[in-house]
Amino acid sequence: MAKLSIAEALREAIREEMRLNERVFCLGEDIDVDGGFGGAFTVTLGLSKEFGHERILDTPISEIMIAGAAVGAAMTGMVPIADVQYGDFLFCMMDQLANNAAKMTYMSGGAIKVPMVMRAPVGATTRGAQHAQSLEGFFTHIPGLKIICPSTAYDAKGLLKTAIRDNNPVVVFEHKLLYGSKGNRAEKSALSPVGEVPDEEYLIPFGKGVVRREGRDITIVANLLMVYRSLEAAEILENEGISVEIIDPRTLVPFDYDLVIESIKKTSRLIIVEEDTRTNGWGAEIAAQIAEIGFYYLDAPIVRVASYDVPIPFAPVMENFVVPSAARIADAAKKLMKS
Amino acid sequence: MKATKEKILSMYKQMFLIRNYEDKIYFMFLEGIMPGTIHQCQGQEACAVGMLFDLSKDDYMTSTHRPAGHCLAKGVSLDSMMAEMFAKSTGCCKGKGGAMHTGDISVGALPAIAITAGGMPVAVGVGLSCKMRKTDNVVVCFLGDGASNEGAFHESMNAASIWNLPVIFVCENNLYGASTHITQVIKIENIADRAAGYGMPGEVVDGNDVLKVNDAATRAIVRARNGEGPTFLELKTYRRRGHSRNDSCGYRDKGEEKEWLEKDPLTICKNYILKNNLGTVEEIDSLEKEVLKSIEAAVEYAKSSPSPAPEEALNNVFY
Repeated sequence: MAKLSIAEALREAIREEMRLNERVFCLGEDIDVDGGFGGAFTVTLGLSKEFGHERILDTPISEIMIAGAAVGAAMTGMVPIADVQYGDFLFCMMDQLANNAAKMTYMSGGAIKVPMVMRAPVGATTRGAQHAQSLEGFFTHIPGLKIICPSTAYDAKGLLKTAIRDNNPVVVFEHKLLYGSKGNRAEKSALSPVGEVPDEEYLIPFGKGVVRREGRDITIVANLLMVYRSLEAAEILENEGISVEIIDPRTLVPFDYDLVIESIKKTSRLIIVEEDTRTNGWGAEIAAQIAEIGFYYLDAPIVRVASYDVPIPFAPVMENFVVPSAARIADAAKKLMKS
Repeated sequence: MKATKEKILSMYKQMFLIRNYEDKIYFMFLEGIMPGTIHQCQGQEACAVGMLFDLSKDDYMTSTHRPAGHCLAKGVSLDSMMAEMFAKSTGCCKGKGGAMHTGDISVGALPAIAITAGGMPVAVGVGLSCKMRKTDNVVVCFLGDGASNEGAFHESMNAASIWNLPVIFVCENNLYGASTHITQVIKIENIADRAAGYGMPGEVVDGNDVLKVNDAATRAIVRARNGEGPTFLELKTYRRRGHSRNDSCGYRDKGEEKEWLEKDPLTICKNYILKNNLGTVEEIDSLEKEVLKSIEAAVEYAKSSPSPAPEEALNNVFY
């Protein structure tokens, strides 16, 4: 049993799958230039030593090409793991992801598989509006893409391995403050959770959430950094006699509705916490679904705590205001208990 | 280049098939018995056949919103293409693709990509895959003149070049992006000149002469198979019909139209065959009849094929 950061766990997943399957390869900008960073957050650092620069392929700054090349390679027998430095750049490659990756299997009547992985760092980290967005919601809206968001080292490794073996395009959202990147790529104010990762091989199936904390009064569904902010809020709330259950869905497409339903049967209250902006974020869809299938288990309205509907501002005081904090989550919970 | 009798007759037959397949669809579309929209390739048959004739089914092709000629020349079955046009479950995409997404991966024809230049990055990935799997297969990537103004064009040309990929970019320059004339949107005369900016050989070819196209294709294919890298071919051609349905080409100069319609790729090929004694009028008549019969049979096959169940729409979102 090793203790790994999320960046290390992702790297180990890539390493294991590349050893197992010679068709697996990585492509992206600055992913392992000799003397370079190993990707924007060090995930692919050093992999070229073992696999060479042909399989750890540094690309020009060409996001359309990176995504399209991943689609073309995946359709013809390879298993690409494409890398984008910041999730915000996914917009540059949107045509390839939305019109090609997501639709090739369908348009071919099921004849073609597209086993590609698209990794993308998200989250606000005082870099201003264009290196900050949480884009999970956009991609959950495109049929044909699977969406995963690991928040622990254990999940990062197990889910990424599953993603690499999946015959469909999988978009992996990783949080900048959770990577645990080291050296000159370390993030200020990062949480960098280090977690136990088994030595033996394991996979984590998609569509299976986990309960991060058990509780009686309120169910909170949160992903990525918001899992940790919610755990912090739960500590505050416990001191005030409010018991919170926290669910990390781990994958947004497919989504583990059963786990949420089981939880609200007990708590009868639901808060969804997301770093994505509020309007039409993924949380809106979860709220709508639970209202349809779980309405009678609820004793109070479903509440969303999300980033406000503004671009992410630079000033740390403003950024901290826009992105949900533990205090804001706790306040929402207290208000909900009174309703 | 001299073609053998067998090859030139076979190429003519394929071009005649494409022309008459498209003409047949045009009339059935006007009759209202076919759903969807059409982007037809009459006039550009020599581009498809000249480029693809010598490829095997293990070589790949990416196509555009105007894919019928490419698909037929790559070996997608006539019956399955016609059935797709009729939105039947026996179609090459089981009724889920339609006119703009025809293809059949079993013969190396990726589903056509109908976003302008959208197939170019994909072709780079296919080329990368051919190279990484250590095959000597190549990918022919069709694009139009309009695609050369897209960002995806730049990124794809550059990547294919730096990685020496076995990709042949084939720009069918038919002078119009929908209704917009090329001179309004491109400052240079030859799009092939852009290849030099990527360190890639670029060549202008008469796209209405199947032998000239095939000659250029042969050189590009050899180069790609030998691992020497990509080639950019600009095939100068013209579409004999509108951009899509209900387009009477009011934006085209009548003199230009007349000049190009006289350069019919089928006539050029037929004259070459007769002039060089590579076939007789009777032989040509006979293969034309055979083609027309196969098109009628395909229409019957398509008409008599079952429609997909509506709920079938819910399948194949994931593999």
